[in-house]
Amino acid sequence: MNRITTIAGAVLLSMAIGAQAAEVVKIGFLTTLSGPASAPGVDERDGFTLALKTLGGKLGGVRAEVITVDDQFSPDAAKQGADRLLKREKVDILTGFVYSNILLAVAPAAFASKTVVISANAGPAQFAGAGCSPYFFSASYQNDATHEAAGKLMADKGYKRVAVIAPNYPAGKDASAGFKRFLKKEPALELFPKLGQLDFATEIAQLRAANIDAVYFFLPGGMGVNFVKQYAAAGMDPKIVRVMPAYDADQQMLSNGDLLAGVANTGQWSSDLPNEQNRAFVTAFVKEYGHQPSMYSSQAYDAAMLIDSAVKAVGGKVENREALIAALKVANFKSVRGSFKFAANHYPIQNQYARVITKGADGKYTNNMTQTLMSDHVDAYVGECKMQ
Amino acid sequence: MANLIFEQVLNSLQFGVMLFLIASGLTLIFGVMNFVNLAHGSFFMIGAYLAACIAGATGSFWLGLLGALPLTAALGFLLEWLVFRRLYKKDHMVHVLATFALILIFNDGVRMIWGPQPLPLNMPAAFAGPVMLFGLPYSSFRLLVMAVGIVVAIGLYFLINRTRLGMWVRAGSNNLEMVTAMGINIRLLFRLVFSFGLVLAALAGIMLGPLVAVQAGMGDDVLILAFVVVVIGGIGSVPGAAVGALIVGVVDTLGRGLLPQLFALFLSPDAAASVGPALGSMMIYLVMIAVLFWRPSGLFPARS
Repeated sequence: MNRITTIAGAVLLSMAIGAQAAEVVKIGFLTTLSGPASAPGVDERDGFTLALKTLGGKLGGVRAEVITVDDQFSPDAAKQGADRLLKREKVDILTGFVYSNILLAVAPAAFASKTVVISANAGPAQFAGAGCSPYFFSASYQNDATHEAAGKLMADKGYKRVAVIAPNYPAGKDASAGFKRFLKKEPALELFPKLGQLDFATEIAQLRAANIDAVYFFLPGGMGVNFVKQYAAAGMDPKIVRVMPAYDADQQMLSNGDLLAGVANTGQWSSDLPNEQNRAFVTAFVKEYGHQPSMYSSQAYDAAMLIDSAVKAVGGKVENREALIAALKVANFKSVRGSFKFAANHYPIQNQYARVITKGADGKYTNNMTQTLMSDHVDAYVGECKMQ
Repeated sequence: MANLIFEQVLNSLQFGVMLFLIASGLTLIFGVMNFVNLAHGSFFMIGAYLAACIAGATGSFWLGLLGALPLTAALGFLLEWLVFRRLYKKDHMVHVLATFALILIFNDGVRMIWGPQPLPLNMPAAFAGPVMLFGLPYSSFRLLVMAVGIVVAIGLYFLINRTRLGMWVRAGSNNLEMVTAMGINIRLLFRLVFSFGLVLAALAGIMLGPLVAVQAGMGDDVLILAFVVVVIGGIGSVPGAAVGALIVGVVDTLGRGLLPQLFALFLSPDAAASVGPALGSMMIYLVMIAVLFWRPSGLFPARS
């Protein structure tokens, strides 16, 4: 009798375990949190943290454990950090990421261990075309998109001599490619300074000598802030029109608003996008951190909401990776950028907007949306992706 | 085109004189004490941090500059007494190991005290805008940086060649035993030269702070460049450091500025865009290799 109850108990117990969902979903948050390149990473962390707080510390109804690691803006340090997250912590999902070179260094190990990678910013072309992976999702954009929109903006305005400056790294090449794809002509000058370079004397001299009408500058983090200050200090002709990507034109950059009034920037989000979840997000963010959210924050917030929707759809069984990936693909959540859906390569299909830096009534600078440049824009690489 | 070359020459000079400030201290310390100080770049950083801290509290860049220099000197004095003087008699490998450890300690110390985010240090308001130079608008702060560097270089020349202290320094780098035998207080001399070299590095850090970013590890890249300068100029030679700094300043600026355009003439735009910047940032090392090949002890060897 005793033996029978023991066996029955054991069977019941094992059935219960089989049916039970994970008690905790483990998220590795790997991003750049130190040095002048770190402002975007801090914004990402703030956006993600806010989303988790809104969701009561749970993702899809399951308690979320977030392990944050600083990649120190170095692919080597990022690899070590990712190694720890993948092997020791055995995270279910790896997210964060500001810089494409770091994502590209880390992602293959994550794919190999069947860990889902959801980028909250970097969206390199390498994972959008032939190198697409079922384990990779971009909750932000494909790198080219904002630059394509900027190219279109400049082509629409008909500027004759245009210069483009971007760092010499994968996303910088994507920027130049995307910008030129929609500018539809060769720029008068292309500059590729080293990633992380902070002194732009050489580049500014070249811009001045190139006799340009407009310049598009993609210089993330502290690079852009230094460029803008030095550009002003060098007394560049104010008639030269400047355009930049939207994610560089938020919080950190707006503290130099005086040097940037009227500068147009392009991207898939703006704090004044008229939808309910965006208003809620902006209000909650300002209440929590005391300043306006940046596009980086909005993307990380969306990444958390995306994860939440997928974990909910699989009933917390995140260890079933195929189901989790299928649920992520559906993207059944309300994005702060309005509509959100994935293309076959797991990059978003979304609108691109133009915004302008303007001085608000309170004397602080902010971005106002001015027009929709592209509707339901799909990236240029999806055709090469074999994934369905 | 003439304007572009003029502006790039100014940029080269500005970069060159700053490199000289850092490299001259490094080479002095090596010349007089035969001591390899990898932590030299850390004082570039510490100077900038102290200045940013004081400037942040008082709102004045100038007070930051004036306050940070004596503080760095005092710190240099203290460290010489605490650490460095125990290392002079050891061989170079020990110097390298010990001062590399100091780099790590300083970088992490700065992170602990001021956090991982860069500190703001703005150009003084009077120098925030451009000035006209022969019809070319140019950043007045960069001109100021250049002026500071040139004044210090001239001052250093007179200090070393025209004063008693300079005589001791020159004698010390030629024959230390003889200087000791003549009754010079060699310990004090060492300590003075050491703090003076560190103050020069700090001055460079403060002047470049508003142009780059005041952050942990900001001295590491600069240290490498300073070593390139010292190796090109001849280890231990201050005039060598001056020439080396100008060479590195010119080669780096022009290499980055002109090479990509040069390649664009005969390569496809895509190839030029990847080869040009890569080779441009490599130029100074190629120059260093060339110098080491033909003049292994540098352009101005301190000891023949």
